[in-house]
Amino acid sequence: MEAPETHSFSIRFILLGILLQLTSPATAQSIDLSDWQSLERQARGETVYFNAWGGEPRTNNYLAWVSELMLERYDITLQHVKISDTAEAVSKVVAQRQAGNDDNGSIDLLWINGENFAALKENDLLYGPWAESLPNFKLVNADRFPEMLEDFTVPTQGFESPWTRAQLVFYYDSQWLAEPPQDIRQILEWSISNPGEFTYPRPPAFLGSTFLKQALIELSDRDPALYAPVSSAEFERLAQVLWEYLDALHPSLLRSGRYFPASAIDLRRLMGDGEISLAFAFNPNEALLSVRSGELPPSVRSYVLRNGTISNVSFLAIPYNASQKAGAMVTANFLLSIEAQARASDPDHMGSTPAISISDLDSNARRSFETITRDLAAPSAEDLDRKLQEPHPSWTPALERAWIQRYSAR
Amino acid sequence: MLRWASHSLLILLAVPILLGTLIAILPAFGYFPTLGGTEFSLDAWRELVQVPGIKRSIQISLLSGVLTPLIALALVFLYLASASGSKLDNWMRRLVSPLLSFPHAAAAFGLAFLIAPSGLLSRLISPGLSGWERPPDLLIINDTWGLTLLFGLIVKEVPFLLLMSLAALPQLQPSKHVELARSLGYRPTIGWLKVIAPNLYPLIRLPVAAVIVFASATVDVALILGPTLPPTLSVRVLAWFNDADLNFRFLAAAGAILQLGTSLLAITIWLCLEKLCAVLWRFWVATGDRGTGERLVFFSGRGAMPIVLLVITGSLVALLVNAFAGPWRYPSVLPSSWTFLHWTNNFQNLLTPLLNTLLISVGSTLSALVLVLATLESERQSGKLRATAMWLLYLPLLVPQIVFLFGFIVLTESMRWQGTMSLVIFGHFLFVLPYVFLSLSEAYRQLDPRWSQVASTLGASPFKSFWRIRIPLLLAPCLTAIAIGMAISISLFLPTQLLGAGRITTITSEAVALSSGASRNLIAVWAVVQLSLPMLGFLAALTVPRLLWRNRTGMREIR
Repeated sequence: MEAPETHSFSIRFILLGILLQLTSPATAQSIDLSDWQSLERQARGETVYFNAWGGEPRTNNYLAWVSELMLERYDITLQHVKISDTAEAVSKVVAQRQAGNDDNGSIDLLWINGENFAALKENDLLYGPWAESLPNFKLVNADRFPEMLEDFTVPTQGFESPWTRAQLVFYYDSQWLAEPPQDIRQILEWSISNPGEFTYPRPPAFLGSTFLKQALIELSDRDPALYAPVSSAEFERLAQVLWEYLDALHPSLLRSGRYFPASAIDLRRLMGDGEISLAFAFNPNEALLSVRSGELPPSVRSYVLRNGTISNVSFLAIPYNASQKAGAMVTANFLLSIEAQARASDPDHMGSTPAISISDLDSNARRSFETITRDLAAPSAEDLDRKLQEPHPSWTPALERAWIQRYSAR
Repeated sequence: MLRWASHSLLILLAVPILLGTLIAILPAFGYFPTLGGTEFSLDAWRELVQVPGIKRSIQISLLSGVLTPLIALALVFLYLASASGSKLDNWMRRLVSPLLSFPHAAAAFGLAFLIAPSGLLSRLISPGLSGWERPPDLLIINDTWGLTLLFGLIVKEVPFLLLMSLAALPQLQPSKHVELARSLGYRPTIGWLKVIAPNLYPLIRLPVAAVIVFASATVDVALILGPTLPPTLSVRVLAWFNDADLNFRFLAAAGAILQLGTSLLAITIWLCLEKLCAVLWRFWVATGDRGTGERLVFFSGRGAMPIVLLVITGSLVALLVNAFAGPWRYPSVLPSSWTFLHWTNNFQNLLTPLLNTLLISVGSTLSALVLVLATLESERQSGKLRATAMWLLYLPLLVPQIVFLFGFIVLTESMRWQGTMSLVIFGHFLFVLPYVFLSLSEAYRQLDPRWSQVASTLGASPFKSFWRIRIPLLLAPCLTAIAIGMAISISLFLPTQLLGAGRITTITSEAVALSSGASRNLIAVWAVVQLSLPMLGFLAALTVPRLLWRNRTGMREIR
């Protein structure tokens, strides 16, 4: 007589548990991506924690402007959490998963790409797919620009939404350097005959890691292995050439390679002081913007190496446990709007390259992007057409670790 | 109740520091239950040995730990031997406190802006004297062996050791003894070194030990001026501690214990140097030589201190110029234009850290002041001048910060008490307390006891006589103690950074964080704010008593 009772009790208990599990994420926030208007209504009053690299004041000021508009138009309080390395945010999400925090995460929106996106996606730590349902997503014209659907060779599958483009662009001070080197090998030759004129940020600062990847791509003649997950055999084989290159390059660098600038801004400062005559940045308009602000002398010119340079897209992702997903999506959609993209590309503000396809816009809208008059300090449009794809994301941490092992204590 | 004050003072200091140090040992040997480490192992140490350049990191920490106190102490002694009673001496006595309040991080930034290849000094001599059209390619800041770090530390520690020496000197009656030596035919500087120095040194041994520990384990100064390939041990421990991958905590713990060992080794080396110096000194005194080297001592002593002063002033100027500089091409000595933009653009960002800084420094200093006053008052009422264990007071300065803070965080995290304002204030309190005690105790003990006796005769309770008589009489020293306490709190980096879990930011923590990724102008703005806060404190400590006692001539004479 007793047995069925306890039995039914335990079944009821398990059912309740399953029910709770099923309903808890749903009750936390049920989101209907097909009805954008109700999603915007749902997002009203939310506070969205946007974790984004805070190392560039221009970007921070742009995001402050976005925050103002988000509050005004959508009643969303956008908090820019300035982080120094996106890996911090990744490990925060991982830690929250370990602690069982599955629906009240501290990050709602994340500026991400490359190895960090790969890590989160691989471990099912992202919410989605949602990105391709954003009303403004059509503006990027992914049919013409397939890179909007691929992040360092990894398909985005709607788990992240593009918001800006980046490309490695070199710049030089024409006062000291008349004809800048045109590829990675020329940089070595030039540096050896002009010691102390060049350096690069020390990895794992992202700009320094990008320089390593650029050199590796060129030195290996775009070896296809770079576009597949790294294996130790392939790494040994390809990196060998890079180490030989760096071993030859370092003695000719600024401070004979015994010091490397800590960040992209440090590198720019060395250029502004006239300590070096060749540098590089990930924002094609970096030189133009810095000349305008007085940080760089007016004699600075930009260009792209002749074999092309690494270019990538910056994306926005929503962690699986974000507590304000609707607000995060409304924000991501706004960042893709013509208005936000125009402001971002305005050299008086952030000066970045838009993610949306300008040529597809009507002439009226296109005009708001044409404020960039041709400027001597900016790279030419033809230059910017020479793009190289980022290697598979697994190469980045492998290169960084190996660099630190080899060069951090010489 | 008062009787408990002195006990609680020592308990509050000793327990977190000793416990923190002990707890840091556990994760170093693999025990860290929250991260799944439940068994003791040597893995972290095996990993630590494999870290590239770890040997060099230790060497640099040792080098600055031994050479900083050695050179700073030599400068202070040479100065005291040659300048006592001179005009320079009068100046220095007045300048030493403000110099001391110059926060380490701001001073380090200023020094970097002064002596970098593109810094103010290089611009001053270019292109005229040097012929440099572009900055010379010299590894000055972040140099491989930490020589600039050493230089920065010496410049900062000279005022500290000088202040400590000046405080200890009167009890030695130096002028009498030097006169005696002179009457025996000794030149005054040689006489001072032979007679006063051996008696002064034992009185400042604890401050010297504090300098050794600080120099071997500093994080903020090393982040700004120290080597980067590889950095000092302390900087590496902090980086491991902050690593996104929490498994690095084990390595960080082992590194922290290694740091403790390194600082202890520096102290051991110092003790050997002490023995050596004692032998040399005895030999030198026994020679009976009365004048050899007198000119050398005289000129180096009188020359070195103005150089230190010049370096500090130059750093200050370099900071101010950068904070208001428009475009500034090398080798122009001054910017082509001046601007407030760096300030107006950052006003918003400055607000929260500024408020936090004030809250933390006021909170920690006032609680320290209350406890110190209670201790001193109980000491007075009980009638026993208890020699409060001085080394215990120095404890927060004698254990490397990163070591005990590490264990302390492990402890508080396990109690789910982390990243809160109260925790940061408590952390600051530990460092503020010794300074408040040291600066207040002398004045408190020396106040004429008859004032309180008169009050008691007139029927005032001990409590009333404390409030109505002693506190007003001691207002000026109390305010000075507050100013010193707040200056110490404002300059702290590591306790804010670690106990605040990166969520609570102060002017100092933000300024140091900018060191690797901001323009010089922006850094200068933060550094100027950082150094003006303690200055304002000292200014208030000077003016408030004057304003308050403007109608009380007698009160103004009391010091």
